Amino acid sequence: MAQATAASEKESRASRRFEKIQAIVEQYGAAESALIPILQKVQEEYRYLPEEILTFVATALNLPPATVYGVATFYAQFSLEPKGKYIVRVCDGTACHVRKNQTLISTVKEWLGLKEGQSTTEDMRYTLEIVSCIGACALAPAVVINGKVHGQMTPEKVTKALEELEAAEKAEDK
Amino acid sequence: MDKKSEGYVIVDGVKTPINGHKNLLEVIRASGVDLPTFCYHSELSVYGACRMCIAEIEGRGVQPTCSTPPEDGMVVRTNTEAAMRIRRMSLELMLANHHGNCQTCDKNTHCRLQELAERLGVKKVRFEEPEADVVPVDESNQSIVRDPNKCILCGDCVRMCKEIQGIGVLDFAGRGSNARVTSAFGKGLNQVECVYCGQCAAVCPTGALTVKSVLDQVWKAIHDKNKTVVVQIAPAVRAAIAQEYGIPSGEQAMGKIVTALRRIGFDYVYDTSFTADLTTVEEATEFLGRVAEGKNLPQFTSCCPAWVKFAEQFYPDYLENLSTCKSPQQMFGSLVKKYHAEKLGVPREDIYVVSVMPCTAKKFEAKRPEFSVNNDPDVNAVLSSQELIRMIGQSGIKLADLPLDSMDLPFGFKTGAGVIFGASGGVAEAVLRMAATTEGSHGHTPEFHEVRGLDGLKEASITLDGKEIKLAVVSGLANARNVLDKIKAGEVHYDIVEIMACRGGCIGGGGQPLPNDMEAREERKNMIYDCDAVQSLHNAADNPFVKELYATLLEKPNSHIAHELLHTHYYPRKRIDGQPVELSPAKPEEKIPVQVCVGTNCYLRGSYDTLKKLIEAAKQAGVADKLDFKATFCFEKCVSSPNVQVDGKIYGSVTPDKAEEFFKETIKPVIESQEKVEA
Repeated sequence: MAQATAASEKESRASRRFEKIQAIVEQYGAAESALIPILQKVQEEYRYLPEEILTFVATALNLPPATVYGVATFYAQFSLEPKGKYIVRVCDGTACHVRKNQTLISTVKEWLGLKEGQSTTEDMRYTLEIVSCIGACALAPAVVINGKVHGQMTPEKVTKALEELEAAEKAEDK
Repeated sequence: MDKKSEGYVIVDGVKTPINGHKNLLEVIRASGVDLPTFCYHSELSVYGACRMCIAEIEGRGVQPTCSTPPEDGMVVRTNTEAAMRIRRMSLELMLANHHGNCQTCDKNTHCRLQELAERLGVKKVRFEEPEADVVPVDESNQSIVRDPNKCILCGDCVRMCKEIQGIGVLDFAGRGSNARVTSAFGKGLNQVECVYCGQCAAVCPTGALTVKSVLDQVWKAIHDKNKTVVVQIAPAVRAAIAQEYGIPSGEQAMGKIVTALRRIGFDYVYDTSFTADLTTVEEATEFLGRVAEGKNLPQFTSCCPAWVKFAEQFYPDYLENLSTCKSPQQMFGSLVKKYHAEKLGVPREDIYVVSVMPCTAKKFEAKRPEFSVNNDPDVNAVLSSQELIRMIGQSGIKLADLPLDSMDLPFGFKTGAGVIFGASGGVAEAVLRMAATTEGSHGHTPEFHEVRGLDGLKEASITLDGKEIKLAVVSGLANARNVLDKIKAGEVHYDIVEIMACRGGCIGGGGQPLPNDMEAREERKNMIYDCDAVQSLHNAADNPFVKELYATLLEKPNSHIAHELLHTHYYPRKRIDGQPVELSPAKPEEKIPVQVCVGTNCYLRGSYDTLKKLIEAAKQAGVADKLDFKATFCFEKCVSSPNVQVDGKIYGSVTPDKAEEFFKETIKPVIESQEKVEA
């Protein structure tokens, strides 16, 4: 019974999500000029931009799919690959770079067990992103975990932050 | 004239009038200096990316001239040290990023990049070629080969497809060093809304977009002793060949082509203009029938396969308005296979029909399944004008020096009306000539100059039995979109509309030799009308062999057998291949699939609300977990939209107000019958 509830919960989530996409499109009056904010909101919903949803947005906005694809691939903020539940962004701007952010990157990679060329963990829980300057140079080197900026990071501090996140999730599950 | 377009510019010391030119580049070219460009085409918007047209403007430094408006008193030098250095460096950087293999490239000796490297004297590329990022070549379709490794990002194809053809198949993706020109999601052109007009390849300055060649297959058929190889030549080809070989007229070029093709080994040489005459008779009869019945008007022409595919994808509601006539190429194929099999006793499978076309979409058309009999296509291979030129080159024949010869009969005889099919307005004029000529008038056939020329939209009207018939002639699919939208909105009224995908009609087809710009098209157009002028007959209905064909085989225009051989039908067609949006992820195999189309036509008729209501109805009936809902894109049944597919069967016209009823009467019984089976 518990399983059936979980399945139908998952089911209504999928259709609710799609409903939301239509609501987003309607909110902006399906205007071509609103393509970027629409894609941002779509990404908030799915954590990435699935191909079929981009095709749907192109249809709703009456744009060629190639145009939507072009915009979606132009901006670094958009991802066409599925992302993990938690996003860890290590800043690689000049200030962070000279303050040895490389050690942070290798620490996070090791902690998450990411192989070369891999950025999302197999269980789809974490994604590591190495990003250009986030504008927090005074706090260099900076790491953004789930939208929260952590400044003056060290390998120890970043490990601790990730462990805390893990513990918090376990507590939530219980 | 506004002030900016008056006055003079001093170009390299020469006082040059601005003369209404919109940009400095045109003024410089008018002064006699051919500043090179990759990304500038007068009919496309100005892009200013290639940096080839730079010049030093006094007081302003080095500027791209294509995007600089000319001003009175400007002093420009085109070949200063800085301008030359920057120009050469830009080209060198392009070459560094270009995976060139000139000798085996399709564009060899016709490549703008190659030409400019030579002209600008780039003898060494100092930068290493990136080797790792070679991407696959797209050969997914019959018409166009796309090799992104040779792309220099000038964007000509992007703007051509978007601005002139109104489609937008290609666009830029990524940025910086990852920037590339690609279709949506990098799909093959056969999986997206490409209509295969080949206009992208007509403007591509490198080998990134080329015409797919079937020349080797044609040679193979010629070398096969068991095959009777028949060739048809489209009207527009003669003009392009004349231009390419410097032959003064299309008629003469045709005579030399016939000699060459016989020497190469073709058994019969015919003229597509013959079946163009036949098309005129069939299409005019069909039109008069529709006018009498007052239905399916305006009638759209159906000769252009790129326009037909465009209509199937974007205007499915108007497919009934397309003439059911096959194009002259396909009429030829089905007639010749039947004629040669029956009259000359050659088994159908041993007849190999080749067409030489100005067009890339004709390659796609010939492969449409409805144009085959027992898997044997009516037209076996389609060569572009470019491939014909290559074939003549491979054979070693010096075309310009050849004597003239005439075509075989009966399918080699045409009237002038058949020849003008090669230019925009030709089909319309052929139909008008037939309508305006009384039978047996042996003399003057009226001409309709108002439908001639390269303008994207031309209009005319004639009075027929006291009724005014309004006619539009459209070339360029963006113009077609415009006209169709106006017809849809009731803003304009026409009775018959000729539509050709390429600007200026077939003379500017994607398979024509390069350069294929508006200047070349203008010259070809004039040659086509000259070919018309020298024929003795100008009205398609006067073609004696067309008459004979009706007497011996086809009975009368639009007869049952004419319909069987010469007419066809059209299908709504999806624009993009892809996965549906999954709305019920868990265990689909145990559930009944319900897919609601959210493609454009269905979406515009409220299919999203239909979907929402069906999901809601399923929840209320407590059967949501028995259904696997998906939002999908296009079942190719657009005329009956919105469409819903339940357990593999498609149901049409499920508008939102009928959703609940549809759930009760269609979906529920399916669930119940499945439950019975399980019980």
